[in-house]
Amino acid sequence: MGLKVLIVEDSKASREFIAATVESISGVEAFTTSSGFEALKLLPRHRFDLIITDINMPDINGLELINFVKKNPNYRETPLFIITTEGREQDRDRGMALGAAEYLVKPFEPQNLEGLLRRYLKLA
Amino acid sequence: MNQGGKALSEFVAEATEILDTLNKDLLTLDERRGQEVDPDLINGIFRAAHSLKGLAGLFGQDRIARLAHGMEDLLDRLRLGKLVLDDTTLDSLVEALDVLQALLVDASRGEASSSQSSRVEGLIERFTHLGAPTAPGEEDPLDRLELDAQVRAVFTEYEEHRLRENVRRGVALWRVRADFDLSDFDKGLAELNSRLKPVGEIISTLPSAQPSSASGIAFDLIFGSKVSGMELAAALEGTPAQLSQLGVRSPAHGRSAQPASREPPRAAAVARPAEPAPPPATPPPSPAAPAKAAAPEEPRTPAKGRSGAKKGKAAPRSLPPPPVPESELPPPMLTPPPVPGLGISDALAEGVSGDSGSRGPRIDPDTSLRSLTQTVRVDIRRLDGLMNTVGELLLIKANLQRMTETARQEGTLVLSKAWVTELARETRQLERKLDALQSGLLEARMVPVGQVFDKLARLVRRIAREAGKEIDFLSTGGEVELDKLIVEELSDPLMHIIRNAIDHGVEPPDVRVAAGKARRAAVSLRAEQKGNHVVIEVSDDGSGIDEHRVREVAILKGLITEAQAHEMNRRELLNLIFLPGFSTARNVSELSGRGVGLDVVKNNISNLSGLIDVWSERGRGTAFQLTLPLTLAIIRALVVGVSGRTYAVPLNSVLEILSVQTKDIRTVERREVLDLRGQTLPFARLARLFNLPERNTGRHFVVVVGLAQERMGIAVDELFGQQDIVTKPLGGRLQSVRGISGATDLGNRRTVLVLDVAALLEDGMGPERRWA
Repeated sequence: MGLKVLIVEDSKASREFIAATVESISGVEAFTTSSGFEALKLLPRHRFDLIITDINMPDINGLELINFVKKNPNYRETPLFIITTEGREQDRDRGMALGAAEYLVKPFEPQNLEGLLRRYLKLA
Repeated sequence: MNQGGKALSEFVAEATEILDTLNKDLLTLDERRGQEVDPDLINGIFRAAHSLKGLAGLFGQDRIARLAHGMEDLLDRLRLGKLVLDDTTLDSLVEALDVLQALLVDASRGEASSSQSSRVEGLIERFTHLGAPTAPGEEDPLDRLELDAQVRAVFTEYEEHRLRENVRRGVALWRVRADFDLSDFDKGLAELNSRLKPVGEIISTLPSAQPSSASGIAFDLIFGSKVSGMELAAALEGTPAQLSQLGVRSPAHGRSAQPASREPPRAAAVARPAEPAPPPATPPPSPAAPAKAAAPEEPRTPAKGRSGAKKGKAAPRSLPPPPVPESELPPPMLTPPPVPGLGISDALAEGVSGDSGSRGPRIDPDTSLRSLTQTVRVDIRRLDGLMNTVGELLLIKANLQRMTETARQEGTLVLSKAWVTELARETRQLERKLDALQSGLLEARMVPVGQVFDKLARLVRRIAREAGKEIDFLSTGGEVELDKLIVEELSDPLMHIIRNAIDHGVEPPDVRVAAGKARRAAVSLRAEQKGNHVVIEVSDDGSGIDEHRVREVAILKGLITEAQAHEMNRRELLNLIFLPGFSTARNVSELSGRGVGLDVVKNNISNLSGLIDVWSERGRGTAFQLTLPLTLAIIRALVVGVSGRTYAVPLNSVLEILSVQTKDIRTVERREVLDLRGQTLPFARLARLFNLPERNTGRHFVVVVGLAQERMGIAVDELFGQQDIVTKPLGGRLQSVRGISGATDLGNRRTVLVLDVAALLEDGMGPERRWA
């Protein structure tokens, strides 16, 4: 069974870019959604091995999603990356304080993301 | 990143969508100049700029990314209250949108012309210096809100700012808690949002980390509202929401730990709700809740809060479930919160015990990866391709029908009658399904003309400002749908007409006042569907077109002779403005663009098989009316024969077919006409129009065609019946043949020409036939 990565990002281009990077690693499957609500629905149905989320989204914000994941015994152990933008340091710091494992500042290189993914998914 | 064709078209498609949103929101902002700014609107524009920046960055569209970044920075300062939106800022944002649109056009052509670069740099530079700084506040009003630090920790900077603004303005803040089933909580929340939005601002939607039940999920909405608790409860009636107010210490007490008395605005809300407290819509929560409610004074985790303010009188309280016996209960909470007296995060951490009421566990596994949006974007060329296939299927169907008919008439010797009947039935079935397929495809191509209207509305404001005219712009009928290709092609002609209206049609404010008119001029854009056509009208209440001046100019420029002018009626004179080389403007205005006149507009409309007409009255105003077909993709046509050749006439412009004798044709002023029910109908022989040998028959079939109010009879030799056709454009030299709009295949491997009724009508009555 492959590893599953959930990508929550409302910009389509960015979402697909991340998904392509995730799926470039063999044995890893990307699940994408543009909405925090959808992410809340997906969480109980799949055991995700890693979550990547944006902060500014239209329904719930990424920090709330992190809080939800990190407070829930079922998901608490799942590593979580946040995608941030330059200038949004307060949001980034809050995300890290809530338990995010890593943050990526847009625009980022696919190699960086791939390296982090391999590290947290414990792949060579 | 990959800059290849597919990636590029994807970028253009998504960027266009973002720019459309930006356009709409900026327009709304522009309309509300001088009013209090809706924070959701600013945030929406910020988000659009942010998305565009990210998108452009990914696709290596550097200039777009940089400009969007500048916009985003400015909007971020606006939405976080670090700047105040003024007119200059708004104008710059609007200008930035124009530049972005121009850059996107460049990008879509794969060009990177340098023409916009200086504008981009100029705007970015201006953005950094823009905006009036807001007065710095002394203390952070947020510190006065009784909100647990852990809850604050999940707010984004923006949400925190909105919360602060609400506190600063003395707006009461509420927590609205609701339990939903996991499978459809988004629907439940959408319902809740639609109830709450009209009465206040939803600052944040927090999912509770603790499930209320196996299949449930609880949300806390942080909500700011000026309405009373009673009204709020009434607004939420019928939803599973529970309401509780967040305490705010008065500013005077500063950061003191002393719980303060409530602020006056809330006192009203506080005083009331004791009487018949509106019952919560859901069953009361678990039996434990009232018990907990009885002890709101107990600080559960004294060390955790920001101050002691959480406990004591200011803490949110609850009423036990109705009925409420005592009227002096501390009232801000209208329904029992699950864990009263605690900050929200404590509630989140503890969760709601018990079940989620009546909501049973209903998980729909199929919804897991389904997208929330129900639309797909499709390249119009794909629809064209499908439409061509449908066209070919229609031809096959026609052949089948013919074969069926033949079999019925002569094939009974070899084929059984039952078999022929069955074949006929199946062919009819096929016909019905094909009809459905065809209309489905046509529908998929239809988009509301409002897409163009929105862009034009923004343009009107800018042009009016630049031209020093005061204009009220009104657009109606934006919901009327037209073929996507037609809508796209409409924006240039409409823009030109509107520019003319503002620039030349409408008088400056003082001239209007002197003429006894309202200071503000009215320019309106109206769309209306009339049968198979859409009529779009641009009208103004300006000075109107002076037909004498038109006549003078036309003679001066050699477009007509004195004698011809003498014969022309008012309407014909007005229509001279569509001739190439005509322009009454005394000086070329920058606004109307150089060298492009109404002849180009007319040409554009003709290419869409449409018709343009003008009405004007001196001193009262001008109206341009465009009559356009709903679609160009597939049409029903009448197939006619002239001098042994076959032509197709679009059926949507055929009004009736007459059979007339040669003696019924009269000549008036060198033009042939027919008398039809007491009216004179212009008449043309198709054979003569196309220089074909005329057959000498005593009778003619006359196809009466009409568009808008124009009517005309066209004489043909034979009528072959109706057929659905997919018109293909003509290439090369044939393109410019007047009176032909394209070609089509009739199935028997014969290609026939399709008549351009609009052009024929114009030639039949307009000036070109005689003077062009």
